[in-house]
Amino acid sequence: MIKHLLSAADLDAEHATLVLDTAAELANLSSREVKKLPTLRGRTVVNLFYEDSTRTRISFEAAAKRLSADVINFSAKGSSVSKGESLKDTALTLQAMGADAVVVRHPASGAPHRLAQWVDGSVVNAGDGTHEHPTQALLDAYTMRSRLGRLAGLHVAIVGDVLHSRVARSNVLLLTTLGAKVTVVGPPTLIPVDVGPALSPDLRVSYDLDAVLPEVDVVMMLRVQRERMNDSYFPSTREYARRYGLDVARMRRLPEHAIVMHPGPMVRGMEITPEVADSARSTIVEQVTNGVSVRMAVLYLLLGGK
Amino acid sequence: MAYAQAASSSTTPGSPPAVKLILNETDLQRVVDRIAHQILEKTDGAEATVLLGIPTRGVPLARRLAARIAAFEGVEVPVGVLDVTLYRDDLRLKATRALGPTDLPPGGIDGRRVILVDDVLFSGRTVRAALDALSDLGRPSSVQLAVIVDRGHRELPIRADYVGKNIPTARTEVVKVTLAEIDGTDEVRLVGEETK
Repeated sequence: MIKHLLSAADLDAEHATLVLDTAAELANLSSREVKKLPTLRGRTVVNLFYEDSTRTRISFEAAAKRLSADVINFSAKGSSVSKGESLKDTALTLQAMGADAVVVRHPASGAPHRLAQWVDGSVVNAGDGTHEHPTQALLDAYTMRSRLGRLAGLHVAIVGDVLHSRVARSNVLLLTTLGAKVTVVGPPTLIPVDVGPALSPDLRVSYDLDAVLPEVDVVMMLRVQRERMNDSYFPSTREYARRYGLDVARMRRLPEHAIVMHPGPMVRGMEITPEVADSARSTIVEQVTNGVSVRMAVLYLLLGGK
Repeated sequence: MAYAQAASSSTTPGSPPAVKLILNETDLQRVVDRIAHQILEKTDGAEATVLLGIPTRGVPLARRLAARIAAFEGVEVPVGVLDVTLYRDDLRLKATRALGPTDLPPGGIDGRRVILVDDVLFSGRTVRAALDALSDLGRPSSVQLAVIVDRGHRELPIRADYVGKNIPTARTEVVKVTLAEIDGTDEVRLVGEETK
C-alpha cells in the first residue's frame, strides 16, 4: 500500500478496489454492539484543518476513533497560525509530537504535498484548495458501487462548478481508473478549457445538462463555490439554477435506476431543489455514512501495517 | 492459522524442503467425523451451539463439521465466519493485510456456546485475537476451540477442546493444510526446514 494519500491518482485500480472492499467489511461495524476496533491503538492521528469543514473533519475523527487511534484536532482558528506560524513550522511541531498520520485540509492547492515532505507519518489530503479531495472520491465510488453494483461501464455526469471543484477532479481521476465513463457538465465559464487532456483522455465535456441526463447512471451535483470566485462566472443565481440546477422535471429525464449525488454542503434552490435532494434517488445522507467506513479503510491501509 | 500458510509461500528456490504427508483425504474426513462426534458428545447434542470458522481455512472446516453433525444427529448448527485481522497483535510487523468477511449467523452469539474452528493451532495468537473479537460482538455462554492440527509451540496459555491430530514440529517447519473448497485437494503436509 502507498504511504500517503495525496491524490486520487495515487491509487491504481487494484489499490482503489482494495480500499472499497476494506470499507465494505468495516461498514458492518456500525451495526455492531461495540462500534470500536483495537486496530490502531496507540497511534496518533492529527486532523489539521486550515479551512472550515463539518462533515470531513467529523468523519475522519469518527473513523480514527472507531479504530482506537488517538485523535488531535487542530484548526487554524485559535491556534498559532493566527499568530503567523507557517505550515512548515506547524508540521515540525506535529512531527515532534509523533503524529503517525496527518489529515490535512488547506486552502492552498498542493499544501499536503509539501507537508508530506516535512513529516515522517502518513499524510492524507482532506481537500486542498481547488485541487483534490481523494477520500471524497473514494466514498462517492463506494456509494455508486453499493447502489448500482458496479463501477466499470457506469456513466457519471459531474455537474456545476467544475473549475473550483476538488471533488470533481478527484472523482474524474478515480472513476476513470475504475473504468467508469465521466462527463463534466456546466457553464463554459466554470469548466477549465483543457480539462479533458489534463485529467483523462476519455473525459467528455458538455454544456447542456438536459441532453446528458437521459444517458447517465449517476448525476453528481456540485456546489457553486462563491468563496473562491473573484469574478462573476454567470449572470445570476436564478439563471444558473434554471440551466444547471437539478429540479424534479430534470430528474424525470434520468433513467429509472439512476442516482443523484452531492458531496455537500449543498445550497438548496441553487444547484439542487429540496424535492430532489430529499427524494429516494438521492444518496446524500448515505454518502456521509459511507464516508466514515471509507476513511476507516484508508487509515487502516495506511497505518495498519508495517 | 493464516500465517502458517503465509510463511510456506516464501519457499526459497534451490533448497527443496522435505515434504511429509501427515493426513490424506480419507484421514482428514475421519478426523472431521471424529471431531463432529466429540462436539455432539461434549455439548449434549450441540444444543444452542454456533460454529465460527476463522478465515481462511477455518471457514470450510466449520461448514464440514456442521454438515457432519447434521448427518449424524439431524441437528442444524448455525455456522458463521469470524475474521480476526483487525484484532491481531502482529499487524505492525507485516505489510497491511486485506480484511476477510465477518458473518455471524442470524441468531447471533449471545448466550450460546461458540466453537471456534481453525486449521492449525500454533502460537495461539490467532485464537487470542478471535477471543477479543468475540467479546466485541456479543457475550457467548462459553467458547470452545476445534482445530485439525495442533503443532505445539504455544506462546499464550491457550489449548484446544477438539484436536484432529497432534503433530510434533520444529519451529522452522510449516504445517500446510489444503482443503478441496479452496485448494482443490484435501491434505495435511509438513514442509520441513524451510529457510525464510
